[in-house]
Amino acid sequence: MDPKALRYTKTHEWAAMSGDIVTVGISNFAADQLQDITYIKLPAAGDSVTADRSFGEIETVKAVSDLYAPVSGTVTEVNQQAADTPELIKSSPFGDGWLVRIRVAPGSTLNHLQSYDDYQKQIASEAH
Amino acid sequence: MSDAYILNTPGDQQAMLQTIGARSLEELFAPIPSELRLNRPLNLPSASSEIELHQHLDRLAKKNVSANDAVCFLGGGAYDHFVPTVVDMIAGRSEYYTAYTPYQAEASQGSLQAFFEYQSLICQLTGLDIANASLYDGGSGVAEAVIMALNVSPKKHQVLIAESVHPEYRQVLATYLVNLKAELVTLPTPKGYLEPETLRNALSDQTACVVVQHPNFFGCLEEVETVASMAHDRQALFVVSFDPISTGILKRPGDYGADIAVAEGQCLGTPLSFGGPYLGILACRKQYVRQMPGRLVGETVDRNGKRCWVLTLQAREQHIRREKATSNICTNQGLFALRAAVFLTALGPQGLKETAELCLQKAHYACDMLCRQAQAAVRFERPFFKEFTVSVQCDDVPRCLSGLARNGYHAGLHMGRWYNWLNDSFSVAVTEKRTQEEIDGLASALAFRLLHMQKGGA
Repeated sequence: MDPKALRYTKTHEWAAMSGDIVTVGISNFAADQLQDITYIKLPAAGDSVTADRSFGEIETVKAVSDLYAPVSGTVTEVNQQAADTPELIKSSPFGDGWLVRIRVAPGSTLNHLQSYDDYQKQIASEAH
Repeated sequence: MSDAYILNTPGDQQAMLQTIGARSLEELFAPIPSELRLNRPLNLPSASSEIELHQHLDRLAKKNVSANDAVCFLGGGAYDHFVPTVVDMIAGRSEYYTAYTPYQAEASQGSLQAFFEYQSLICQLTGLDIANASLYDGGSGVAEAVIMALNVSPKKHQVLIAESVHPEYRQVLATYLVNLKAELVTLPTPKGYLEPETLRNALSDQTACVVVQHPNFFGCLEEVETVASMAHDRQALFVVSFDPISTGILKRPGDYGADIAVAEGQCLGTPLSFGGPYLGILACRKQYVRQMPGRLVGETVDRNGKRCWVLTLQAREQHIRREKATSNICTNQGLFALRAAVFLTALGPQGLKETAELCLQKAHYACDMLCRQAQAAVRFERPFFKEFTVSVQCDDVPRCLSGLARNGYHAGLHMGRWYNWLNDSFSVAVTEKRTQEEIDGLASALAFRLLHMQKGGA
C-alpha cells in the first residue's frame, strides 16, 4: 500500500477501499511509538465492527492500546500472519502488517477520514 | 501518652523537623482548613503496658476454641491437616514473612523464585499447563475461573454450576457475576452428585462453562470424566474446584479433562486460623493464559545470562489494562503460596500419596463406625474420599452437634444450614491426623448423645 494513497483516522489507523472491502492497518508512526508488540487481539471473520469503536487491541510489555475501526461493517478477513508474528506490523505496517478487511455498505466512502497530508500535520503536532 | 510503642523520640522528631525546615508538627497541618480540624485529642484510652496488653489479648484469644482443644472432624473447605514444622520454619524467616509486593524484580528475586516454584508444583499437582501465583481463596477462585470462561467465549453467557459445589463458593460466584452479562444456573444434585442426565438437559449453545467440585461439598466424587466430555461436546469449558490433598490418590484435574482447576489451598500447610487467610489455587490449559487473573511469575535470563524471575504478562492486569483487565485482583497470597510450596516439597509425591491414603482409610473407617455404633446412615450412595455425609435419627441435629462439642468433639457440619432437604444430616471430615481412638470416641459419643436426646435429654 502506498501510504500517500491511504486515508487515516485520528487514532492512527489507515484505511484503503477497493470495491466494498476496506483494508485496515496502523500507520508507521503508531508502530514506531509502540516499541515491541507482544500480542495483538483481532476480531474473527464474521464479526461486525462499528466506526470509532474498538475492534481489537495491541499489547506491549507495558501498555495495551485499542484499535479503532475507521468504518462500520462486517469483518471478512483477518491477517492471521500479523496476529501470529506481531513484528510484521512494525516491519511492514502498510504492507504485510495489515490487520483486517471489512465489508462496508454499498456506496460507503472514506471521505470522513483524513488525507495523508492532514495526517502528517496531525502527527507533526503530536510528536515530541 | 506512652511512647513505649512508637519508635521516634522527641529528639528524632526535632531532627526531622529541622531537616525539612518546619518549626513544629502543627505547622505541617497548616494547609488543612481550620473548620475541618478535629481540635481535640482522639477519644482513646491511655496506652496499656506490655503486661496489661498481653493479659488483654490472652483473654480475647481464650474466647476461641482451636482445633487442638477438641477433636476436629469439621470440613467443608477447610481441614485440620498436618502442618510439618519445616513449613513454619521457612515461612517464618523474616525475609519471607515481611517481604512485600514483588513488582520490582531487582528487589524480589527470593519471593519471585518461591512463587515460580509454587506455580510449577501446582502444575504438577493438577496436570495443567499454567498456574498463577495464587488468588485469595477457594471461593473467589471459582468466581475468577468462571469469569475466565466467560471471557474465553464472549458470545456465551450461561454458567452451569452443580448444587453440590460449596454453597458459599456459589454465593461468592453470584456476587461476582451480579453486574456481568451472565446467567447463573444451579443444577440440583438430589443424589449427592451431578447426574449426567441433569447436565445434558441443561447444556446449550449458550453455555460458557460447567462447574463442579470434586470431591464435592457432601464429600462425594462427581462423574468428572462424563461431565468433561459433555461440556466439551457443546464447546463449553469444564471448571473444577478440587481438593489438593485428593490428588495424592485421585486422578489429576488435567488428566480427566478440566480446562481450569481451582482449589482452596489451606490444606497445603496452613492451619485453620479461624477461617483465614487462606490460599486460592488456579491453573489452566495454556491457550487460556491471556484470560488468567492475578500475578504470573515467569522465568527468564538477565542481561548477563543469569537465570532470574519476573512478573510477566502484566498487560492482563488492571494496573495496565484498567477496566478491561481480566480481574481487579492485584495481589496474591504470597506467604500461603510459599507454605504450600514448602509443604508439597517436604511431603513429595510419596508423602502426598500416603496422606491421601490415610485420609481415605480413616474416613471410611469412621463412616463405618458411625453407622454401626450410632445408627447413622450414609446419605448418598457415592464413593467418597476424606469427607462424607450421614443422616441420624434426630430432629435437632444442631443441638446434637453442640452437645458433642461439649463432649470435646467438633463432630461435623450441619447440612441443613445450607440444604433444607438435608436437615437430618451432617458432614464429617477425617484427616490423617485423626486417630482410631478419636474416631471410636466420636462414634460412642454420638451414640450416647442420640440416645440421650431420644429419651428427652437436653
